[in-house]
Amino acid sequence: MRPRQIPLGRGACRRLARGLPGLAAALWLAGPGLADPAAPQRVVSINLCTDQLALMLAAPGQLRALTRLAQDPESSVMAARARSYRINHGRAEEVYLEKPDLVLAGRYTASATVTMLRGLGIRVETFAPAESFAELRASILRMGALLGREAEAARIERRFAENLARLQRPSRGAPPVAATWAAHGYMAGSASLTGEIITAAGFRPLARLIGHGAGGFMPLEALVMADPDLVILSRADPAPAHSEAVLDHPALTALTGRAAVMQDRDWICGLPAVLDAVDRLAANRPDGARE
Amino acid sequence: MSVLVLDHLSVSRGTQRPLAEVCLTVEPGECIGLIGPNGAGKSTLLRATLGLVAATGRSSLAALPAAARARTAAFLPQGREIAWPLPVIDLVALAQGGRRTAPEVGAALARMDLAALAQRPASALSGGEQARVLIARALAQNTPLLLADEPIAGLDPAHQIACMQLFADLAANGRSVIVALHDLALAARFCTRLVVLAGGRIVADGTPRAVLTAALLEEVFAIRCHLDEIEGAPVVFPLAPVPRGER
Amino acid sequence: MTPARLYTLLGILVAGLFLAALLTGVAAVDPVTALRALMTGGEGPVGIVMREIRLPRALLAAMVGACLGLSGAALQGLLRNPMAEPGVIGISAAAGLGAVLALQTGLAAAYAFALPAAALVGALAGVGAILFLAGAGGGTLALILAGIALSALCSAATALVLNLSPNPFAAQDIVFWMMGSLADVSFTHVLLAAPLMALGAFLLWRTGPGLEALTLGEEAAASMGVNLARLRLSVVLGTAAAVGAATAVAGTVGFVGLVVPHVLRPLVNAHPSRLLPAAALGGAGLVLAADIAVRLVLPGQDLKIGVLLALVGAPVFLHLIWRMRGAA
Repeated sequence: MRPRQIPLGRGACRRLARGLPGLAAALWLAGPGLADPAAPQRVVSINLCTDQLALMLAAPGQLRALTRLAQDPESSVMAARARSYRINHGRAEEVYLEKPDLVLAGRYTASATVTMLRGLGIRVETFAPAESFAELRASILRMGALLGREAEAARIERRFAENLARLQRPSRGAPPVAATWAAHGYMAGSASLTGEIITAAGFRPLARLIGHGAGGFMPLEALVMADPDLVILSRADPAPAHSEAVLDHPALTALTGRAAVMQDRDWICGLPAVLDAVDRLAANRPDGARE
Repeated sequence: MSVLVLDHLSVSRGTQRPLAEVCLTVEPGECIGLIGPNGAGKSTLLRATLGLVAATGRSSLAALPAAARARTAAFLPQGREIAWPLPVIDLVALAQGGRRTAPEVGAALARMDLAALAQRPASALSGGEQARVLIARALAQNTPLLLADEPIAGLDPAHQIACMQLFADLAANGRSVIVALHDLALAARFCTRLVVLAGGRIVADGTPRAVLTAALLEEVFAIRCHLDEIEGAPVVFPLAPVPRGER
Repeated sequence: MTPARLYTLLGILVAGLFLAALLTGVAAVDPVTALRALMTGGEGPVGIVMREIRLPRALLAAMVGACLGLSGAALQGLLRNPMAEPGVIGISAAAGLGAVLALQTGLAAAYAFALPAAALVGALAGVGAILFLAGAGGGTLALILAGIALSALCSAATALVLNLSPNPFAAQDIVFWMMGSLADVSFTHVLLAAPLMALGAFLLWRTGPGLEALTLGEEAAASMGVNLARLRLSVVLGTAAAVGAATAVAGTVGFVGLVVPHVLRPLVNAHPSRLLPAAALGGAGLVLAADIAVRLVLPGQDLKIGVLLALVGAPVFLHLIWRMRGAA
């Protein structure tokens, strides 16, 4: 995934010229926060996952605004760092008024906003949700390239790969079965980041065993009959929703296997923090694989 | 002993007084015709008598507990409501707590000539037949007193006469009836006593012959009438309204 | 048909549907194994499926249906109007708003019983508003219009409250509160709803004689010894308790109170008092049947029970309107 070449038109030249004195200040103040002078200087993110990727990689002052969710500790693993940034609600007009030179968005959300911003001549880069560790690593590198922070991105990506390798340990015998379960009885697919996290933690995803590669709905009865070794209850938010009430069903506690609770923030975005999820799930292995 | 005593019964509605200081004593065997122009307070008097509207003064009937009241007086309200298509016999049996086999139910059906219709749903009957069903229900309550609010309105002449004859017969057998009606001729012919209401007050009370005078009819009803007598009963034949200027 | 025979037949029907509901589900379990697991608890997951999933679901379907059928019959008796129905006239929507408020304010998390209690308060306010706007003598038109207004208001308020929730799934809950569902209910729900449902049923059960006399109108009923104020209070409180409890656990399940009395009224010779037990049994049967149907039509997906009931109920409603036009 190569960053798009920025055509060096007159506007870009002017931006470059204006950015130079600031660059000296940034060099002096931020130390490692060294930004490529050709990189965008007014970045706005309108997606929770791009918020967090950008927070991780951006040089000081480069990132102008984030979504409200990025500051919510229930949704974001980087809420504390996000607090010093301005927020936006993902609406085209407020994003436009920030005069951004780069907007970061999710690929499948806010498509009307993205179309409108592009129509207004603003550069928008979209990120698909990472569906695997490989995509996760690629998106770190791509974000680094977009922000002109290639070195920092490569360092983070390398450290992630090392930590992942350290966490993954072969299981003795056939790995135990784990099932994710979310609102409405939704089960995440095995061919997904969730599936890889479960596998990395030393489980076989139930979704793979029953052919739910892309994810789908799993009635409570079917889940109980499958009787997995671990049920991972996946919650969006602690606030009550009837759709999530099913996660409290007494039949789940009657199961022989264990139950673990994951909140969306732990693994919904492809961030290095998903390794914490791997670690926590591995702690639930019945064979006590963790020493 | 009196069946009903009203003592200075009044009803207030805001600043209006639809009923004012009504005193009335009803004896067994009386068939009382309650007459008066529209808005005179006839329906209000009947409702206050039964305790269905808040009133001051005293009604011996309203003072009774609900169950005793239901054993003392039956009421035929003005609107002939039959909400659900119950069979005729079950509608009549409502007066006896739903007991179809109660002797009063059979007697009332026979008296109103409804035996043949007993199993028919009430919704399948004509308006006149429905009116008879409702009267039969009131009869089946088998009370010493019957209060009827315009029971003959909307009935054909034969049914009007039959209905009034029934009330007169009940009175002749020692029961008491108070019937509100607009037909002065039928009131004069079948009632033993007429009570005239105007503006919520009783303005005349006595035998039909004593009450139905040209002067009263002109003053209370604003009509000029031909007064006559047939078979010993006074007959009122309205001729024309009193011209506005002369009232 | 004598009332006793009708009640017996309806009872057998409900029992049969209850059994069928126990044997319906995505998990393929043969009936003998299923029933044995139900009785003995059995080994492994089948026992959990039968005892913790299917049994409470079937029980609640019957309870919710009985409450809604009974409430419909009682409301119709009180208002002397075959179109009075908790869903149609907005009482269920008001109960739903109460329940949603209890959930979103955290009250229900602090005190479990706050959920049905708040739904009861909502339903009570709803019945009160309807009686105030279109009570005695208000006529069918006033009743239906008041119901539409109340439904719209309560649904909008429910949607607003859910949209304000930080949980992304809360907004999707609007569908549940408007369409109702018995998917994945547990004994927690059964125990939560049962006391208020019992109270409601008890209050409504005793209104039979009064509703019977009310066939002749309020004044005639009062003259026959019926205490109108107490009758009205019993129906209002009973309906609020029954509908509130049902809505708190199953969302807005509409049309049961409309369809069931409509179908059964001719079989009880239109007697409002005999209609009460018949409608309770019929309601239980209808909701059980509908809940079996949603599991057969789209197994594994949560097809809302209200969708199915509206497909059956709306034509009955239209038929009633058509008949009312003819009568006018």
